[in-house]
Amino acid sequence: MRWLRGGGISGFVVRRVLLGILTLFLVSVVVFVATQALGDPARAILGRDATPERLTALQNQLNLDQSLVQQYLNWLGGLLHGDLGDSLAAQLPVTTLLHDRLINSAVLVFCAAVISIPLSIALGSYAALRREKPFDTISTNIMLLLAALPEFVVAVLLVILFATTVFTWLPAISAVPPGTHPWDDPEILILPTLTLILAVAPYVARIMRASMIEVLESDYVEMARLKGLPERTVLRRHALPNAIGPVFQVIAINLAYLAGGIVVVEYVFAYPGIGSALLDAVVNHDIPVVQALAMLIAGVYVVVNLLADVATILVTPRLRTRL
Amino acid sequence: MSQTEQAPALAEGVDTPTPPGRTSSLLARSLRLWRTRIGVLFVLVLVVIAIIGPWIAPHGASEFVAPPFSKPGQNGAGILGSDYIGQDVYSRFLYGGGSILLSATISTAIGMILGIAIGLVAAYARNALDDVLMRAMDVIMAFPQILLALVAVSLIGAGWGIIIAAIALTTAPRVARVTRGAALPVVERDFVAATESMGLSRPRILTGELFPSILGPIMVEATLRLTYSIGVIAALAFLGLAPDPNGANWGVMIKQNQLALATQPWGALAPILAIALLTMGTGLIGDGIARTAAGIDRERGDE
Repeated sequence: MRWLRGGGISGFVVRRVLLGILTLFLVSVVVFVATQALGDPARAILGRDATPERLTALQNQLNLDQSLVQQYLNWLGGLLHGDLGDSLAAQLPVTTLLHDRLINSAVLVFCAAVISIPLSIALGSYAALRREKPFDTISTNIMLLLAALPEFVVAVLLVILFATTVFTWLPAISAVPPGTHPWDDPEILILPTLTLILAVAPYVARIMRASMIEVLESDYVEMARLKGLPERTVLRRHALPNAIGPVFQVIAINLAYLAGGIVVVEYVFAYPGIGSALLDAVVNHDIPVVQALAMLIAGVYVVVNLLADVATILVTPRLRTRL
Repeated sequence: MSQTEQAPALAEGVDTPTPPGRTSSLLARSLRLWRTRIGVLFVLVLVVIAIIGPWIAPHGASEFVAPPFSKPGQNGAGILGSDYIGQDVYSRFLYGGGSILLSATISTAIGMILGIAIGLVAAYARNALDDVLMRAMDVIMAFPQILLALVAVSLIGAGWGIIIAAIALTTAPRVARVTRGAALPVVERDFVAATESMGLSRPRILTGELFPSILGPIMVEATLRLTYSIGVIAALAFLGLAPDPNGANWGVMIKQNQLALATQPWGALAPILAIALLTMGTGLIGDGIARTAAGIDRERGDE
């Protein structure tokens, strides 16, 4: 956005938030157009051999007789008031239907993020310090291979390894009985969390390594060393703050990716979160639920990216002075 | 707003444009690295299996040969045993790669062409068009690939056309971002100004001057995108949304035979290993090209 500049950090934050709101608005248009405006939702729900009377009845129920703009405004108005409509399959408000599942998925993403982010920052930094030594070579190549694997392949391989075939230490299915919470039986969280960690950590570790190598070769780190500062101080005060900036972007992308990646992981482990809810909704053509979850997952992406952009500016000394 | 999903590759320095002329041999030079050779070997083996598999399969893709979940050799089952309804796992494995490989290649190619075109136009425009195009790309990128494919399939029904369209559409913005990032510094260089003063048309400048200069990052991006396309298309089949839900397809096979992992793991393990080797192969090739393009080809021996 070249035509808007200035204002220092607060100006940057305001611009970035406005841009985020614009993106969210466009995302809502895309979700609406993709789910409701293209094709005929009533026919998609009822199937090809629906009677005309039932089609008309459902079209009235979904307000499809109104103009598209009116339909969109109604939907957006409900969205802004926290009213996501009723699920067609469960005949329940979408918010009620998704409440517990949202908590379950949040638990999963939280566990994966809390473990994988510090772990990959540490791995990447250590590999950078040991550049081209055996630890670096081996970890870099393992990360490369892991990053290439689709997450459902990782998930099923972990099930084969730890749950069913080689060892039988952990449950292969992570069911959460109604009325209980995932943390009541933490064992079920291990394999899904491990899958997500293996999906995310390689990316973050690779960018952390590359960023750290660049910083370690910079003039200011050499200067700090020549001043006679202890190596630990050089790393903590000078190298890490500058190296971690680009990593926030990758963490953001991966957190947002987790919101989508859980679809497959929750399916493999039959874990009742929003991912498996989305899959059920897709199979049942439950359009209000699909709309709500698509909005939620895309919204997470936009918000997390916004936070990462702001965090990058705040933690990176050399970027801050450019504003 | 550098929301580059390919940050690892970029950080290796591949966004430094390679002068034209050297790029034509980029793939050949990258083959000096062991990682590229291993990657090419993995991919070649699986492509050959996918292509000649249907001709050498001992049984039909949906032919019943033994009781369900017979172990290898047991009850007259083949070398990989039988699956959940008694079909031959080995034959289905040989049949199961073609559709995934073909649809992943086509959708990646379409997405690459679209993305390169958008990225080049945006980088060369240097005005509001650049902002508008990139903002639109941001909106599409807010949806994970699998999410958009799921929504498309749920509304229109599972068909190869819709799956390829969904993957191509979600591939394009990611390619556009990388293309634009790589092309921006090239646009500023003197030889582009020189071609402008010679009066070359815009399409000629974009395809003839700009594009060859950024071939390195584009090739890296292509392998990365192919890796993801294979993953998403196989995942859709695994989730039960393949166009032919009972057809021989590696993703479908994993779903169907997951139940018996404890007793007859081959039904799921064979296709899993195939997809794993394939994606690791494309990943290794991409890394090899990235290292070569960045000038890190002093790697020797078995590294």
